[in-house]
Amino acid sequence: MTRYLRTAFGVAVVIVLLFPLYWMVNASLQPAGSLLKPSPDWLPVNGTLDGYRSALSTQGGHLLASLAVAAGTVVVSLIVAMPAAYALAQLRFRGVQAFVFALLIVQMVPGPVMANSLYTLFSEFSLIDSYAGLVLADSTATIPFAILVLRAFMLSIPRELSEAARVDGAGYWRVFRSIIVPVSRNAMVTAGLFSFLFAWADFLFAVTLTTGRAIEPITVGIYRFIGNQSADWNAVLATAVLASIPAAVLLVIAQRYVVAGVTGGALKD
Amino acid sequence: MTLGTPRRAAWAFLLPALVYVLLFFGYPLVNNISMSLREYSVRSFYTGEAPFAGLDNYAAVLGDPLFGTAVLNTALFTIGSIFFQFTIGLALAVFFSGRFPGSALLRSLLLLPWLLPLVVSGAVWRWMLDQDHGVINAALRAVGLADGPTPWLTDPGWALPAVIIVNIWIGIPFNLVILHGGLRAIPASLYEAAALDGASAWQRFRHVTWPLLRPVTAVVLMLGLVYTIKVFDVIMVVTGGGPANATQTLTTWAYQLSFDGDFAFGQGAAVGNLLVLIATVFGLLYLRSARAALREEQR
Repeated sequence: MTRYLRTAFGVAVVIVLLFPLYWMVNASLQPAGSLLKPSPDWLPVNGTLDGYRSALSTQGGHLLASLAVAAGTVVVSLIVAMPAAYALAQLRFRGVQAFVFALLIVQMVPGPVMANSLYTLFSEFSLIDSYAGLVLADSTATIPFAILVLRAFMLSIPRELSEAARVDGAGYWRVFRSIIVPVSRNAMVTAGLFSFLFAWADFLFAVTLTTGRAIEPITVGIYRFIGNQSADWNAVLATAVLASIPAAVLLVIAQRYVVAGVTGGALKD
Repeated sequence: MTLGTPRRAAWAFLLPALVYVLLFFGYPLVNNISMSLREYSVRSFYTGEAPFAGLDNYAAVLGDPLFGTAVLNTALFTIGSIFFQFTIGLALAVFFSGRFPGSALLRSLLLLPWLLPLVVSGAVWRWMLDQDHGVINAALRAVGLADGPTPWLTDPGWALPAVIIVNIWIGIPFNLVILHGGLRAIPASLYEAAALDGASAWQRFRHVTWPLLRPVTAVVLMLGLVYTIKVFDVIMVVTGGGPANATQTLTTWAYQLSFDGDFAFGQGAAVGNLLVLIATVFGLLYLRSARAALREEQR
């Protein structure tokens, strides 16, 4: 097969596999009426932004709620994960293996189990229907992942670097702050982006821990939007497009971090 | 701040994470076991009373006719998803490991379905699979593969295949990325040697790629298992476990028992603990294969 034939085949694969995303954008731009025709319009020829108007007016608040939860999750995850990753990667002590093992295992706990228990825990501390509660719940998924990704990176920072600083009289905290944190910037971006993406996409915690509906992230917004019998599909799909923005931005701007995150979290131990 | 010996410093840096893990994982896991042994109801949250019920919740769950359905659906969903995610992901990884213009760009575009919130993918597919207005049925009709519309999401016989198809689509990119990484680690010289010996493309795959990819394959499959068993969002959004429980899996059932019906938290916890048990078994298998892969890597 010549190189250009391969490219053509690759493009065909991408078109087939990304078709659902095209269809989402296409349907989000069509007037509600033409979505119900017997044969679909393959292009948004009579395009309208009505769906987006309706999405923003009914789901705008949910988008902001998700933004707040996701940003909070990034902050909490990095604050907890950075020092832990430093200890696990750079300091020698017994218990490293056991802790890393525990992190791998807790990542496998099924979501409904976490949701079930956190619900009872949070109801005791009035954390149901609160931003703090959602951030803490989402962090259960992001912290173990962030520690593993950051540690995998920090293992590659030569220990001589921090040991030299130690000889010069720097304390551990100083080494962490002035050497480890600046050097780990890229890994922090990776861990932070994935934490953001996870919290943004979280549905289970959002739907179980916000029973009073005072705070409703966008995933729950879409879910209830669909459940509504008279589902207005062009507005639902316009909301879906808006909810996809962080992923799309991430893919375009921070693509290399994505691959680092996928492989870093999965393989290194 | 001086932190004394390295050991003390290490524990000081580890402390926040340790507290977090104990509080938000240790406590829930223990609490979940305790809950599964109690009779929990909505009232319990106000009165604080949840009488000890022994193994009643487990008996109720195991005796429920839905139990067999949920286990079977979970198994079919997991095996169906993983088989196709893996084979398609592997085929694409092999294809994209060849050098051609635009390869890296196209490969990274394929990541998009994996990065999207599952609720978004679920919503899109639900619309595409719509019996009367969905594009899937329109396309099948257009190419003559079906005369009438297929009731993907309303017929109990079609609903499970439909959610499996959606989940396969979501999982392909993950398999592609990890397997692509594994393929790149195989030295090109081995392929050159095989080509010199006159090996065909299939023989090169069978005797070079496949054996050398084995550790990575094991990791991908185990991670896939652990993640697929607990899939929740996709099913919830596309079918909600229906119609007539045709797509009810252990996760959606656990959710329904606790939150979406009579608030039988004890029974929800019992189903959850069964899931933890299953996930832990596969998790330990994963750790074994991950170690093997790591050793392979360090050689």
